Amino acid sequence: MTVRIGVVVFPGSNCDTDTEHGLRLAGAEPVALWHEDVDLGGVGAVVLPGGFAYGDYLRAGVIARFSPVMRAVAGFAERGGLVLGICNGFQVLAEAGLVPGALLRNRELRFLGRDVHIAPSRLDTPFTHALGDSRARRLPVAHGEGCFYADEATLDTLEAAGQVLFRYVRPDASVAATDDPEANPNGSLRAIAGVMNAAGNVAGLMPHPERAAEDILGSADGLDILRSLVESAAERPSRWPVAPEPPVEVVAR
Amino acid sequence: MSTTTSRGATTPADEHGVAAAIPTFRYAVDVLPKPGILDPQGRAVEGSLGHLGIAGVSDIRVGRRVELSVAAPTEEEARATVERLAGELLANPLIEVHAIELIGAISPAGRGTGGR
Repeated sequence: MTVRIGVVVFPGSNCDTDTEHGLRLAGAEPVALWHEDVDLGGVGAVVLPGGFAYGDYLRAGVIARFSPVMRAVAGFAERGGLVLGICNGFQVLAEAGLVPGALLRNRELRFLGRDVHIAPSRLDTPFTHALGDSRARRLPVAHGEGCFYADEATLDTLEAAGQVLFRYVRPDASVAATDDPEANPNGSLRAIAGVMNAAGNVAGLMPHPERAAEDILGSADGLDILRSLVESAAERPSRWPVAPEPPVEVVAR
Repeated sequence: MSTTTSRGATTPADEHGVAAAIPTFRYAVDVLPKPGILDPQGRAVEGSLGHLGIAGVSDIRVGRRVELSVAAPTEEEARATVERLAGELLANPLIEVHAIELIGAISPAGRGTGGR
């Protein structure tokens, strides 16, 4: 049976259709979830796509964090459900505290839309297991606030606990320096492009795998990231267990 | 219905148009990047100083100021609401610091005190 994967649509999301297409290429049946939905309809995993949720007012991702669907996503994550936030979705997850750190304004202040290289730090996660090797992958970024920040102690903890998922690299897969804007486009600390929560079931990723999911887009390097998620969701609950969704509490409006 | 001051702050009123006995407090919340966190906006502003021919200015930090009115029985309760709002929404404590300042109050009778 084809696994169903939810794609959350906030007002201002603009990568949801591309993400649905990418998930379809990766073998899933995408299901659009509206920001006012209070349950996830039994999907096997959730993707928060890119865009400018709620106009990115105040701080990117912060208003979206308080939307009804995010309460359901937080509960799903708490029970072990797989959640991937891409670009603005990563910012929403960080603001919600579902992944560590914060995304600051790009070091050079400009919005960046171009290809970068990233490499997985781990190949044994629900988000990377289909990658097979740690070579550099070419994916586009499109963001104004993508500079990953956490304090030094947190960065040490993330590295020690294996929570760093992807780093910005040069094409030869060597890790990009913080002050190398060509390879590390936004100045992310320790070149972190993607992180996971401590439990390893929620991940945020700044570049866009769905925009590099087939050759006609110039790169198909992102497809294996989506395929990892889809296969992991299909393998649940045996390999990546998740507790059942509790009944929805009906609240009078 | 409500009573409105020149600043646009309002006090709640009942159906007879009489102001309810809850005062309104007006606050400003200043949000700035945490010390030590790179502030590229501040750096960009600093970079422009040379073009203005200004010397001796340094350590520019750029943040945002949010002003809001809170109806509550006491200033302590109003401030507690603003603290919560600042900590959970207006500022991200991982990367920002905030400061709360009372800038005005409107008594139940609608007579403004302070404010600007």
